[in-house]
Amino acid sequence: MTAVTIIITVLGVTASLTLYRVIFGPTSWDRLIAVNLISSKVIMIMVAAAVFFERRIYLDVALVYAIIGFVSIIAISKFLEGEGTGKK
Amino acid sequence: MIAYLFIFLGLVFMFFGTLGIIRFPDIYTRLQTSSKCDTAGAVALLVGLMVREGLNLFSLRILIILIFLLLTNPVATHAIARSAAIRGIKPWLKKKNIKGE
Repeated sequence: MTAVTIIITVLGVTASLTLYRVIFGPTSWDRLIAVNLISSKVIMIMVAAAVFFERRIYLDVALVYAIIGFVSIIAISKFLEGEGTGKK
Repeated sequence: MIAYLFIFLGLVFMFFGTLGIIRFPDIYTRLQTSSKCDTAGAVALLVGLMVREGLNLFSLRILIILIFLLLTNPVATHAIARSAAIRGIKPWLKKKNIKGE
Protein backbone atom coordinates (compact mmCIF):
# COMPACT_ATOMS: atom_id res chain seq x y z
CA MET A 1 0.00 0.00 0.00
CA THR A 2 1.75 3.06 -1.22
CA ALA A 3 1.55 6.61 0.11
CA VAL A 4 -0.61 7.98 -2.69
CA THR A 5 -3.21 5.26 -2.09
CA ILE A 6 -3.45 6.22 1.58
CA ILE A 7 -3.67 9.96 0.83
CA ILE A 8 -6.37 9.64 -1.84
CA THR A 9 -8.34 7.10 0.23
CA VAL A 10 -8.36 9.25 3.38
CA LEU A 11 -9.31 12.39 1.46
CA GLY A 12 -12.03 10.61 -0.51
CA VAL A 13 -13.56 8.95 2.55
CA THR A 14 -13.61 12.23 4.51
CA ALA A 15 -15.17 14.03 1.54
CA SER A 16 -17.86 11.36 1.38
CA LEU A 17 -18.52 11.75 5.11
CA THR A 18 -18.85 15.51 4.62
CA LEU A 19 -21.58 14.76 2.09
CA TYR A 20 -23.81 13.84 5.07
CA ARG A 21 -23.96 17.51 6.00
CA VAL A 22 -24.84 18.48 2.43
CA ILE A 23 -27.83 16.15 2.41
CA PHE A 24 -29.15 16.49 5.99
CA GLY A 25 -28.01 20.05 6.80
CA PRO A 26 -30.72 21.99 8.65
CA THR A 27 -30.06 25.34 6.94
CA SER A 28 -28.56 26.45 3.65
CA TRP A 29 -25.35 27.70 5.30
CA ASP A 30 -24.53 24.22 6.58
CA ARG A 31 -24.71 22.91 3.03
CA LEU A 32 -22.52 25.82 1.87
CA ILE A 33 -19.85 25.04 4.49
CA ALA A 34 -19.82 21.37 3.51
CA VAL A 35 -19.55 22.18 -0.21
CA ASN A 36 -16.62 24.51 0.52
CA LEU A 37 -14.86 21.73 2.43
CA ILE A 38 -15.47 19.15 -0.32
CA SER A 39 -14.05 21.53 -2.94
CA SER A 40 -10.91 22.04 -0.82
CA LYS A 41 -10.47 18.27 -0.48
CA VAL A 42 -10.87 17.73 -4.21
CA ILE A 43 -8.10 20.30 -4.81
CA MET A 44 -5.87 18.34 -2.40
CA ILE A 45 -6.60 15.08 -4.28
CA MET A 46 -5.70 16.73 -7.60
CA VAL A 47 -2.37 18.11 -6.30
CA ALA A 48 -1.48 14.74 -4.73
CA ALA A 49 -2.25 12.96 -8.01
CA ALA A 50 -0.18 15.53 -9.92
CA VAL A 51 2.84 15.00 -7.66
CA PHE A 52 2.74 11.21 -7.32
CA PHE A 53 1.68 10.27 -10.86
CA GLU A 54 3.77 13.07 -12.48
CA ARG A 55 0.89 14.49 -14.48
CA ARG A 56 1.77 18.17 -14.63
CA ILE A 57 -1.56 19.25 -16.15
CA TYR A 58 -3.53 18.40 -13.00
CA LEU A 59 -2.05 21.41 -11.19
CA ASP A 60 -3.63 23.84 -13.66
CA VAL A 61 -6.94 22.03 -13.24
CA ALA A 62 -6.63 22.37 -9.45
CA LEU A 63 -5.88 26.11 -9.70
CA VAL A 64 -8.89 26.77 -11.95
CA TYR A 65 -11.08 24.64 -9.67
CA ALA A 66 -9.94 26.71 -6.66
CA ILE A 67 -10.79 30.00 -8.44
CA ILE A 68 -14.24 28.79 -9.54
CA GLY A 69 -15.01 27.42 -6.06
CA PHE A 70 -14.06 30.70 -4.38
CA VAL A 71 -16.17 32.81 -6.73
CA SER A 72 -19.18 30.51 -6.37
CA ILE A 73 -18.96 30.49 -2.55
CA ILE A 74 -18.83 34.30 -2.45
CA ALA A 75 -21.73 34.61 -4.91
CA ILE A 76 -23.99 32.11 -3.09
CA SER A 77 -23.33 33.67 0.32
CA LYS A 78 -24.10 37.14 -1.04
CA PHE A 79 -27.29 35.67 -2.53
CA LEU A 80 -28.36 34.10 0.78
CA GLU A 81 -27.65 37.36 2.57
CA GLY A 82 -30.63 39.04 0.96
CA GLU A 83 -33.86 37.46 -0.13
CA GLY A 84 -33.92 34.10 -1.78
CA THR A 85 -33.98 31.51 1.00
CA GLY A 86 -37.74 31.22 0.64
CA LYS A 87 -38.26 31.84 4.35
CA LYS A 88 -39.53 35.02 5.88
CA MET B 1 10.72 11.55 5.76
CA ILE B 2 9.92 15.18 6.58
CA ALA B 3 7.56 15.26 3.61
CA TYR B 4 5.58 12.28 4.90
CA LEU B 5 5.46 13.84 8.38
CA PHE B 6 3.84 16.97 6.94
CA ILE B 7 1.42 14.91 4.82
CA PHE B 8 0.42 12.86 7.90
CA LEU B 9 -0.20 16.09 9.84
CA GLY B 10 -2.42 17.39 7.04
CA LEU B 11 -4.41 14.16 6.91
CA VAL B 12 -4.94 14.29 10.69
CA PHE B 13 -6.24 17.87 10.39
CA MET B 14 -8.56 16.81 7.57
CA PHE B 15 -9.96 13.89 9.60
CA PHE B 16 -10.70 15.93 12.70
CA GLY B 17 -12.19 18.76 10.65
CA THR B 18 -14.61 16.29 9.10
CA LEU B 19 -15.46 14.91 12.55
CA GLY B 20 -16.26 18.44 13.71
CA ILE B 21 -18.43 19.10 10.65
CA ILE B 22 -20.50 16.02 11.41
CA ARG B 23 -20.74 16.30 15.20
CA PHE B 24 -20.96 20.00 16.09
CA PRO B 25 -24.36 21.55 16.85
CA ASP B 26 -24.33 24.97 15.18
CA ILE B 27 -23.37 26.91 12.05
CA TYR B 28 -20.66 28.95 13.75
CA THR B 29 -18.96 26.02 15.48
CA ARG B 30 -19.02 24.08 12.22
CA LEU B 31 -17.48 27.09 10.47
CA GLN B 32 -14.66 27.09 13.02
CA THR B 33 -13.63 23.47 12.38
CA SER B 34 -14.14 23.91 8.65
CA SER B 35 -11.79 26.87 8.59
CA LYS B 36 -9.10 24.95 10.52
CA CYS B 37 -9.50 22.04 8.13
CA ASP B 38 -9.24 24.32 5.12
CA THR B 39 -6.20 26.39 6.09
CA ALA B 40 -4.09 24.25 8.45
CA GLY B 41 -4.74 20.92 6.76
CA ALA B 42 -4.29 22.25 3.23
CA VAL B 43 -1.12 24.16 4.09
CA ALA B 44 0.46 21.16 5.86
CA LEU B 45 -0.41 18.77 3.03
CA LEU B 46 0.78 21.10 0.26
CA VAL B 47 4.05 21.87 2.11
CA GLY B 48 4.60 18.12 2.44
CA LEU B 49 4.03 17.61 -1.29
CA MET B 50 6.40 20.52 -2.08
CA VAL B 51 9.16 19.04 0.10
CA ARG B 52 8.71 15.66 -1.58
CA GLU B 53 8.89 17.19 -5.08
CA GLY B 54 12.04 19.26 -4.47
CA LEU B 55 12.91 22.73 -5.69
CA ASN B 56 11.87 23.22 -9.31
CA LEU B 57 9.23 24.95 -11.40
CA PHE B 58 6.63 22.33 -10.50
CA SER B 59 6.85 23.00 -6.77
CA LEU B 60 6.70 26.76 -7.46
CA ARG B 61 3.31 26.15 -9.06
CA ILE B 62 2.18 24.26 -5.94
CA LEU B 63 3.32 27.33 -3.94
CA ILE B 64 1.03 29.52 -6.07
CA ILE B 65 -1.95 27.25 -5.25
CA LEU B 66 -0.97 27.34 -1.55
CA ILE B 67 -0.84 31.16 -1.46
CA PHE B 68 -4.18 31.35 -3.29
CA LEU B 69 -5.84 28.98 -0.81
CA LEU B 70 -4.28 30.86 2.11
CA LEU B 71 -5.76 34.13 0.80
CA THR B 72 -9.21 32.95 -0.24
CA ASN B 73 -10.32 30.38 2.38
CA PRO B 74 -10.58 32.88 5.30
CA VAL B 75 -12.45 35.27 3.00
CA ALA B 76 -14.99 32.57 2.07
CA THR B 77 -15.44 31.56 5.73
CA HIS B 78 -15.97 35.19 6.72
CA ALA B 79 -18.50 35.71 3.92
CA ILE B 80 -20.56 32.68 5.01
CA ALA B 81 -20.51 33.76 8.67
CA ARG B 82 -21.44 37.34 7.75
CA SER B 83 -24.40 36.30 5.61
CA ALA B 84 -25.66 33.96 8.36
CA ALA B 85 -25.35 36.72 10.96
CA ILE B 86 -27.16 39.26 8.77
CA ARG B 87 -30.04 36.82 8.24
CA GLY B 88 -30.39 36.50 12.01
CA ILE B 89 -29.08 33.04 12.89
CA LYS B 90 -28.59 32.88 16.66
CA PRO B 91 -25.48 31.20 18.10
CA TRP B 92 -25.96 27.91 19.95
CA LEU B 93 -26.02 28.10 23.77
CA LYS B 94 -26.06 25.42 26.44
CA LYS B 95 -29.38 25.23 28.28
CA LYS B 96 -27.65 25.35 31.68
CA ASN B 97 -26.35 28.85 30.96
CA ILE B 98 -29.78 30.12 29.99
CA LYS B 99 -31.35 28.75 33.18
CA GLY B 100 -28.58 30.17 35.35
CA GLU B 101 -29.19 33.74 34.30
